[in-house]
Amino acid sequence: MTVEDVDARRRFATLALPHADAAYNLALRLTRSPETAEDIVQDAYVRALASFDAYRGGDPRAWILMIVRNRFYDWARERKLKATAPLSAVGDDGEDDFDYWDPDQQTPEDALARKDEAASVQSMVDGLPPRLREVIVLKEMEDLSYRQIAEITGAPMGTVMSRLSRARALLAETWTRRQEGAR
Amino acid sequence: MTACPDKAMLLEALFDGELDAVHAAEMEAHMAGCASCQGAFEALGAMRAMLRAPGVREAAPERLRARLATEAVATPAVANDDHARPVVRRRWMAGLGGGLAVAACAMLAIFVGPALRGDGLEEELVAGHVRSLQASHLIDVATSDQHVVKPWFDGKLDFAPPVIDLAQQGFPIVGGRLDYIDHRAVAAVVYRRGRHLINLFIWPSDRAPPAGKHTVDGYTLLDWNKGGMTYWAVSDVNPNDLVQFESLHQSRAPG
Repeated sequence: MTVEDVDARRRFATLALPHADAAYNLALRLTRSPETAEDIVQDAYVRALASFDAYRGGDPRAWILMIVRNRFYDWARERKLKATAPLSAVGDDGEDDFDYWDPDQQTPEDALARKDEAASVQSMVDGLPPRLREVIVLKEMEDLSYRQIAEITGAPMGTVMSRLSRARALLAETWTRRQEGAR
Repeated sequence: MTACPDKAMLLEALFDGELDAVHAAEMEAHMAGCASCQGAFEALGAMRAMLRAPGVREAAPERLRARLATEAVATPAVANDDHARPVVRRRWMAGLGGGLAVAACAMLAIFVGPALRGDGLEEELVAGHVRSLQASHLIDVATSDQHVVKPWFDGKLDFAPPVIDLAQQGFPIVGGRLDYIDHRAVAAVVYRRGRHLINLFIWPSDRAPPAGKHTVDGYTLLDWNKGGMTYWAVSDVNPNDLVQFESLHQSRAPG
């Protein structure tokens, strides 16, 4: 190992490790599996380190989140190829997948049944299609700007705004239903 | 409450702080006279509060942080080769308790330091020791009872590490944990001497005679072999105490 490598790794560690929470939270909401989320985050960090040469500054959290997100879609595509039942919500980048609800999603009833408030909120987010879920996580949990979200998701700003709006509308719907059910 | 259809997107942009001053002023003027838009704006705030409530955003598990710090970061970088490294699975770690308290990630960045200084075993051991100092929860089973520590390792390792009680001799057990040293899972039994901790790493090995006493970054390391096991004691305790610890342990360990 050369001295330069060690320095680069230290820089990488200082830059990337503080964003492990953000990376894990995004991976967890996308995969809905703690185990898979951990694997995806670890793989993303290995790839991030491997491509650290190409990193040209900018927000390191957005950079890490972009790699995590890409790893998730790679994983979902691989899973789709292997699975007999297609994962309908993960496919090409077409807009037409917005209205699909993931087949193994949590239903609002599941959300109702979950007593723990945080888990219930998570299950509502998890019920969204992946492309809406990711903008909600990036905006509401990570507080990133439209521009940053556009860069991470590779979508135009206008698309980010419409996805966010749609995600919020669906969440509001589920939330209302949940509150009515609680009465 | 639903916003005016032609204002919905602007309302959200205002809420997200993404509107320029002119549009923001326009939108605020509209809201002042529009109860629906006002209500919709408040609903956005309520939803944000819900999504930002404690516990909704989940922190990375401690074992993942450790993996990122010690593995991903300390693994040689493979430049421009997307498929060179498969997802590394550490299923044996799945047995570790989840939901552990969260250490500040900055700490990880600090103790990655020693681990990165070389790819030597001693640096790894010191890094493992320092990790256990910085985050008390890196002791997976915290007990002074060797009869609790010993069975705790069962099924988590492919060997049975000797857990020796030295409380009478002034080295009480604090707990134990799994660690990952030299590409394998090892046992770490944590002892205390006064206010200093001693990490005793144990794994089966029939390697060449040990090197004895070393010093790395101000920590003393002692290693010995006994009964098919390799032992490494790491601590910032007085080196003489560590030598005493070794001889006490050696005299009681199965051989």
